[in-house]
Amino acid sequence: MMHTIRLPTILRVHAGGDSSVTARGSTVGEAFSDLGKRYPALASQLLEPDGSVPVFVNVFLNDEDIRYLEGLDTPISQPSEITVLPSVAGG
Amino acid sequence: MVTFQDLLRKVKARIREVTPAEVEPRLGDEGVLWLDVREHEEYEQGAIPGAHLIPRGLLESSISMQAPDPATEIVVYCAGGARSALAALSLQELGYENVVSVAGGFGQWKAEGRPWSEPVTLSSDQKVRYSRHTMLPEVGEEGQAKLLNSRVLLVGAGGLGSPAALYLAAAGVGVLGVVDFDVVDASNLQRQILHNMDRLGHSKVESARETLTALNPDVKVEPYGERLSAGNVLEVMSGYDLVVDGGDNFPTRYLVNDASLHLRIPVVHGAIFRFEGQASVFHPYQGPCYRCLFPQPPPPELAPSCAEAGVLGVLPGIIGSIEAMEAIKMLLGIGEPLVGKLLTYDALTEDFRILNLRRNPDCLACADESRPPAIVEYDQYCMPAGSVARTV
Repeated sequence: MMHTIRLPTILRVHAGGDSSVTARGSTVGEAFSDLGKRYPALASQLLEPDGSVPVFVNVFLNDEDIRYLEGLDTPISQPSEITVLPSVAGG
Repeated sequence: MVTFQDLLRKVKARIREVTPAEVEPRLGDEGVLWLDVREHEEYEQGAIPGAHLIPRGLLESSISMQAPDPATEIVVYCAGGARSALAALSLQELGYENVVSVAGGFGQWKAEGRPWSEPVTLSSDQKVRYSRHTMLPEVGEEGQAKLLNSRVLLVGAGGLGSPAALYLAAAGVGVLGVVDFDVVDASNLQRQILHNMDRLGHSKVESARETLTALNPDVKVEPYGERLSAGNVLEVMSGYDLVVDGGDNFPTRYLVNDASLHLRIPVVHGAIFRFEGQASVFHPYQGPCYRCLFPQPPPPELAPSCAEAGVLGVLPGIIGSIEAMEAIKMLLGIGEPLVGKLLTYDALTEDFRILNLRRNPDCLACADESRPPAIVEYDQYCMPAGSVARTV
């Protein structure tokens, strides 16, 4: 099952400049692992060495924050959109 | 030829009259439209609280704006019960099914000691200036008067603060506080539309005051030419109804969040980076706070500032305008502000999204209402310094 992962500007450099990439998986974590095979530098920004999501990175499955679902174990039952939300402070 | 008394008797036979005593219990009932059909000058001297003014002569042409549904319950009154009887018949003929006229009118109502107040009204200049607002049923003269009595604090007179301040001033928000310690630099003018070439080297808050008062003399600008700090944030923010955050760094954003939790002041949030923008409304204890969403800032290499990374000048124009819109919705209590929602905008793909945000039950800042976070000076890590008993 193919999902779209939307990337913030700051991480696009690790995906050849693309604003979104695709990945396969039946959970959010699997999709990130799949992403890591092609974009290891990107995956290293999305996952800590222990495999968890850094506290300053927000990940949304469709419109919902995965922190309030099942985190990286959140199952994905249909082709979905995963948004990596950056924390930005500019004004 | 019939006399006015004959006519009135015939009209009253065809409508339903109620006494003030019968209808007073419906005051404040959201489903009931109280309609005052007297003239402006009479209305200004006192009216039933919450009543909408539509002078008798404009009734038929204007009623559908106030009451699109013919089943709306309408209580219509005038000074003595005659004009309201004629108005009630006219409303029935237009198809309104639930209309009553108050016997004895406002005179009787007031004489019986029932509640009334002097409505806040606009001057004749203000009626012209804000006419495009007041004709909106969601705003009206009451809403405009509410804006004129509102106090909004803008944190930052830069990219986001410029459009937000301009629109809030144009909208007639009565007091605009502006906090910014900086001076106008030539590199600001590509996006910071409060300022101009003549103000280079001048303080941004003074420049903002000149621009905003030239746009609308109804607005009083309260300039704070200082950096928001742990030492002054509570004092600066207190007394405002709302804060519009247009800051440009994480420590200030966390500081504003913490202070808003002490003071229970909603924060309209906006942030930008290159071509990307975000906006939300953090309503203390009613929705998530900034730290629920971002428990801590990213390392500096992942969050360069606009000065380091650049920003397209129009982007803060869009996000700052959304902040102004959210601020006005919050002040008027209309629509659905972005409480518990984050709007994201990508200018390159012209893509707007809304993500759902939740209150983090374990949030270090807002989980316990009685113990908001200590107000401390943050470094780049913005780690909370624990919570303290409420001080304000």
